[in-house]
Amino acid sequence: MAEGNVAKPLILQGRNAGGALERVTAKARRAFRNSVAILLFLTAWEIVPRTGIVNVTFFPPFSEVVNAWWGLLRAGDLQDHLAASLTRSISGFLLANLIAIPLGLAIGWWKTAADYLNPFLELMRNTAALAILPVFILLLGLGETSKIAIVLYASLFPLLLNTISGVKNVDPLLVKSARSMGLSSVSLFRKVIVPAALPTMFVGIRQAGASSILVLVAAEMVGATSGLGYLIQYAQFSFLIPQMYAGIITISVLGIIVNYLLLALERRLTDWKQTYGE
Amino acid sequence: MTTESKISIRHVHKAFGIQRGSKQLKAENQPVYALQDINLEVRQGEFMVIVGPSGCGKSTLLDLLAGLTKPGSGQILLDGKAISGPNLDRGIVFQQYALFPWKTAIANVEFGLEAKGVGRKERRETAQRFIDLVGLGGFEHRYPHELSGGMKQRIAIARSLAYDPEVLLMDEPFAALDAQTRETLQSELLRIWEATGKTIIFITHGIEEAVYLGQRVAIMTSRPGRIKRVIDIPFESRRSEEDLRSNPDFVKLRHEIWELLKDEVSRAQEQEKSKTLDAYAEGRSSAKGGVRHG
Repeated sequence: MAEGNVAKPLILQGRNAGGALERVTAKARRAFRNSVAILLFLTAWEIVPRTGIVNVTFFPPFSEVVNAWWGLLRAGDLQDHLAASLTRSISGFLLANLIAIPLGLAIGWWKTAADYLNPFLELMRNTAALAILPVFILLLGLGETSKIAIVLYASLFPLLLNTISGVKNVDPLLVKSARSMGLSSVSLFRKVIVPAALPTMFVGIRQAGASSILVLVAAEMVGATSGLGYLIQYAQFSFLIPQMYAGIITISVLGIIVNYLLLALERRLTDWKQTYGE
Repeated sequence: MTTESKISIRHVHKAFGIQRGSKQLKAENQPVYALQDINLEVRQGEFMVIVGPSGCGKSTLLDLLAGLTKPGSGQILLDGKAISGPNLDRGIVFQQYALFPWKTAIANVEFGLEAKGVGRKERRETAQRFIDLVGLGGFEHRYPHELSGGMKQRIAIARSLAYDPEVLLMDEPFAALDAQTRETLQSELLRIWEATGKTIIFITHGIEEAVYLGQRVAIMTSRPGRIKRVIDIPFESRRSEEDLRSNPDFVKLRHEIWELLKDEVSRAQEQEKSKTLDAYAEGRSSAKGGVRHG
């Protein structure tokens, strides 16, 4: 598994043949730098329980967790729970996008509205979504609706706030320049405001993507009969400790994948941006 | 003379009620006069330079010419018709380039053509022609952040010329560039002007730049901005002259303008100082709102 991770970046890129060896070594070095801490952690996870420093029952070695994960996958449990979680978080996340982006664009454009609404939105954002989960459960029941609603709530505010600030902070000179070319308000919005605000909007989209998973897992632990959060909780209650860790790892990996996908989308849409570093 | 004017500025006044963004407004609610009775006739194909101290309302005048704001009183005519708003018959080049960072050089040049409703293929060809005119062939597909300041300004000039405006308005376009790039671009601009025959109104605070570029130079006073004098710069062809800047006539004209401008500059600086002090006296959050530039 670890070997596969190291090899991947080498295949992905590589344009012309000149200095190929140098590039390969540079990539290998980077791959090593990126993975060494994780590998050390996993090694420690494997060794420490076996030496008896911690209780093997509560903290099984990594290989056992991998075995349990494989077992869950073969039984099909993992797929079911993953599908349940993904359906909820994707629905909530997409709904939040559908609501927040048009709304944010409108509020950001209308500066007075933004000034009045911003403190309220900040307040809502800083109200931890989980703190109002009981409210959602009371109002919407234990079913899918309350879970999608909590994801929607958690994703909505980062999206909304970043879209508003993206629109508000568009360089006024660009607006002036476009206006001097006689652009109508509609095309000004479409051709200048939206593309200029896109990078900031993406900050919100990535925050929302991350929180849509975090919040959902926690919500599933409280009241659900499926999903990764439920899997973890259920495994703990049933004393299936390796399975519990397998669920936790699945969530971590899922989070990384989601972030990576959103980052890739962002790079694609804003490839004009000056990139620092890498 | 009035009949052949491309642009006529007649008795234009402009005042600002309040400055945006600051909180201590009530105390200074009386209007700030930016421009007072501006009169200027610009002929077809003329290169007119407006020079003045900072804060004299040069940029306000340019905004009025662009149609981005309306004069308090008086009128501005283009080909005998009053300017009613922004339009593609005037092109603006800003000091800070104002290129769209998400568009490549050529897409930036196409922007105005798109607004004009020119078809895709023709747009590309026209844009290419103007990129070649400003000497940036080969850089079409670079993004603005990949270009130097001088290159960005060339692209901005190409963008404004591409949609074929009647008048090119330039707001201190070379002020942010280093001295050598600036001199190169000044002579390039003269070449482009001769090639296209556009009427150009060029705003600057550089006296040498004014004398070098302008057929006529209008000198503005410190706020409230008025036209103090309009001076003819009688060089036949600037570009054939080997080193125009050391020509005795050039030096004499530069000195003449400097004499006219000297008092205005020191007055403008006084105004700025007292304003900053006032703003401090009135309390917090002063520095930023205090200085209106242009």
